[in-house]
Amino acid sequence: MADPQRIVATDCGSTTTKAILIERVEDGYRLQGRGEAPTTVEAPFDDVTVGVLNAVAELEELTGRTIAGPAGILTPRANDAGADLYLSTSSAGGGLQMLVMGVVKTMTAESAQRAALGAGAIVIDVISVDDGRQDHERIARVRAIRPDMILMSGGTEGGTVHHLLELAELLVAADPRPRLGRGFKIPVIFAGNSQAAKGVRAVLGESVELIVVENLRPQLDRENLGPAREAIHRLFLEHVMAQAPGYDKLLTWTTAPVMSTPRAVGEMVQLAAREEGIDVLAVDIGGATTDVFSVFGGEFNRTVSANLGLSYSVCNVLAESGVWGIRRWMPAPMEEGDLRNRLRNKMIRPTTIPQSVTELLLEQAVAREALRLAFSHHLSLASGLKGVQQARTMADVFTQAGAGQTRVDMMALGLIIGSGGILSHAPRREQAALMLVDAFEPQGVTRLAVDSIFMMPQLGVIASVLPEAAMAVFRRDCLVPLGTVIAPVGRARDGEVILEWQIGGEAGELRAGELRRLPLPPGTEAQASLNPRRGLDVGEGRGRRWSGTVQGGVAGIIFDGRGRPLALPDDDEERIRRLSEWMQAAGAAPRGQ
Amino acid sequence: MPIAYTPGLRVTGDTTIRATRRLPTKGEVLVAVGQRVEADAIVARAEMPGELHTLRAAQMLGVEPHELTSHLTKRPGDTVEVGEVIASTAGLWGLFRSEVRAPVSGRLEEVSEASGHVRIRQQSRHIQVRAHVAGQVAEVLEGEGAVIEARGALIQGIFGVGGERRGQLRIVSPSPQEPLRAGDLGDCTGCVLVAGAGADGPSILRAADAGAAGLVVGAVRDEALRSYVGYDIGVAITGQEDVPMTLIITEGFGQLAMAQRTWDLLVSLAGRLASINGATQIRAGVIRPEIIVTREELAGQPGPEEAGAGAAALAPGARVRIIREPRFGALGRVSALPPELTEIETGSRVRVARVHLDEGDEVVVPRANLELIQE
Repeated sequence: MADPQRIVATDCGSTTTKAILIERVEDGYRLQGRGEAPTTVEAPFDDVTVGVLNAVAELEELTGRTIAGPAGILTPRANDAGADLYLSTSSAGGGLQMLVMGVVKTMTAESAQRAALGAGAIVIDVISVDDGRQDHERIARVRAIRPDMILMSGGTEGGTVHHLLELAELLVAADPRPRLGRGFKIPVIFAGNSQAAKGVRAVLGESVELIVVENLRPQLDRENLGPAREAIHRLFLEHVMAQAPGYDKLLTWTTAPVMSTPRAVGEMVQLAAREEGIDVLAVDIGGATTDVFSVFGGEFNRTVSANLGLSYSVCNVLAESGVWGIRRWMPAPMEEGDLRNRLRNKMIRPTTIPQSVTELLLEQAVAREALRLAFSHHLSLASGLKGVQQARTMADVFTQAGAGQTRVDMMALGLIIGSGGILSHAPRREQAALMLVDAFEPQGVTRLAVDSIFMMPQLGVIASVLPEAAMAVFRRDCLVPLGTVIAPVGRARDGEVILEWQIGGEAGELRAGELRRLPLPPGTEAQASLNPRRGLDVGEGRGRRWSGTVQGGVAGIIFDGRGRPLALPDDDEERIRRLSEWMQAAGAAPRGQ
Repeated sequence: MPIAYTPGLRVTGDTTIRATRRLPTKGEVLVAVGQRVEADAIVARAEMPGELHTLRAAQMLGVEPHELTSHLTKRPGDTVEVGEVIASTAGLWGLFRSEVRAPVSGRLEEVSEASGHVRIRQQSRHIQVRAHVAGQVAEVLEGEGAVIEARGALIQGIFGVGGERRGQLRIVSPSPQEPLRAGDLGDCTGCVLVAGAGADGPSILRAADAGAAGLVVGAVRDEALRSYVGYDIGVAITGQEDVPMTLIITEGFGQLAMAQRTWDLLVSLAGRLASINGATQIRAGVIRPEIIVTREELAGQPGPEEAGAGAAALAPGARVRIIREPRFGALGRVSALPPELTEIETGSRVRVARVHLDEGDEVVVPRANLELIQE
């Protein structure tokens, strides 16, 4: 399309539908406004387009534009009414829920899981021949979960056939039914050994809709996730979306196919990494789940921690980390019973917000743990093989030695993007910055940002049609730069000087165990020269000077001398004293603290 | 603008209750539309297929999958007993003989020449669904169950554990401000107990040991819940816990008095049969625990006013409760709703309400932290 002037994009979330308006103005594409309304996929509306039109109506009200008519969004634009492009993403109705099957848990099943997650799915279960469950347990599980679709993989080319037939027989015995659309056959994507495809088709017969694509693990040392991901996306549109209420209408309004929300975020993260030429880590922490996206060395990965969140799932963070895990981030004492009751009350009334400083500190402590756990989950799955031709060596395969952890190189990481209420709406942006630093423990020189209003989904789908518009708005209106964190890595005794720095006209030193901050406003950058002490590394190797440009932000430059991994003092009093000092230094202490 | 306050839970003495009773699988419905049923009447039943056990028979015998059929000593459809030989090879002069024995009793369901597997299905189980609520069958769900309709009281709790149970309502605390004391229990076999402000771990266990079917209480501390269930509940989806007594809390965690209105209604229903369920799901499609008491004396009277929960608006004069610290549990009336964003103690700027508390002082509270109370 030639030079679109006005773009409208919506994201139909499970609770809220968000609409944004982007227009081409004198200095390029800019965000003009945002509207939101409750999502309407459930009774009494049963039509997603009602929520879309409500969100767009708010957008019209705020911007004074006419975008929709009685029949829907007006495309193409005529007489200044309507939009040149209308695009949408969706995670309404629980998103895309998939069951993944493979032969070996740590090989083909893991590859299949990566394919499904990368396509924006929620993986409800992974069944493999060696998962330690009895067949009747697997059958009961398949029946209980009612996935939207199933991805079956296994066997390298020329490898096992009978294990795949076994999996197919298991599926027939389970007789899975899709979650949406009674009477429809469940789609099964077969992306395993091509020599087994015929046999699998014979076993499955007419019980399912079978789609055969290229093997996602053709060789032990090679992954080929693209065809499976494309098939998942196509079936998401044809089956899942088509069954969801009102989507048939929505699909007639959009200029390009509707994209699943996480896939769109993934597209945006990849585009940002490509455009900036850096490695990017992005996180979206919600009430129920936490999504982590990463691009390291050009390779994209996404994981979903389905039960790590800050409202519905807040007590699961407690169950996983224990009271100690959460309390260690609290810069004030709190009795175990009090902490437990407060978190339980948040769980049962998830829409409430912290009013007191103590409640805020507790929620931010839980957020650190949830982010840390979600990142650890990401590291475990974003390991080893990723895209085609990215090989794990045979030696790694046999040793399973944390294969691929070398791919997630925190020292190479250029940018961390945080989104989700706790980060985007923290009373002070510095608090968001410190939460990201504490949870992800970046190394060397790393930029930090938050997505101001969580518009990465809409920008991701716009990127599929008009990448330059998506990128322009992403840089100028979506990302709020928090600043840059500088964290030397290596052994040092508490209190000794580990870094001498010069940034702009300022100079100073950093001691082990301390956190310091140098104001550098958003939109500015400065030349930096960082001299780590011998044995410490800020990106150029131990004891080697790092020179380059650092970006400012609301939090400015944060010097983190606390070491990696970040170890908090065991003694309660000392820990609380240190946490308070760090918060003060980072400008993250709540008012009055 | 999305609603920014928590709609109150339903607490009503007279409503039309429609209980959908559904089998987890297709089965037989035993009731007809218009039929009157008691709470423990069976409305539908089904046979659940037994568990399917897979044996890698060809592999165990050391033969190719397509050769398996010729080695079977049992055929599909045959009944097999645990330990019985179902397939064997002749071996060489009687030596090196291999055999496959049934690991469970059941019926040989399938032999696959593709994978060389044999599948044995264990005996099926009978399952049934009861009415749970005494009333009239309003609808039959063909092959699945029925919808039972009744007039009566409905009280929703905020959180619960344990599934459906029924029992006579018995009030065991002197007031909604008093916690459960183990000494107050007496004979409570099969009863649904109602206590006031809280229950500690030992009292909950005592009530369960004494044979109570359920305990409804204003609040519990998380430690008490953990000691009762035996673990930390992570995700707020409950109802399947293996506990001897269903526990329903009406207000929250900690030490909180039961709301006066809930207490008064439960007291007025003492001695009647209550149908309770602790199942809770705090995500899309929210499920709250409930206490249902059918009131036959209301049958035939004009229908109740069905003001849905949260139908009232948050407006000046509205009766509210604070549902987050500080002042968690405090009751009051909205005195003003300033339209502008207001900075609160955390430094956030949010929509707030001014609330005149019953205790006399006036406080500013984020609207998201208020619960409307129906009067």
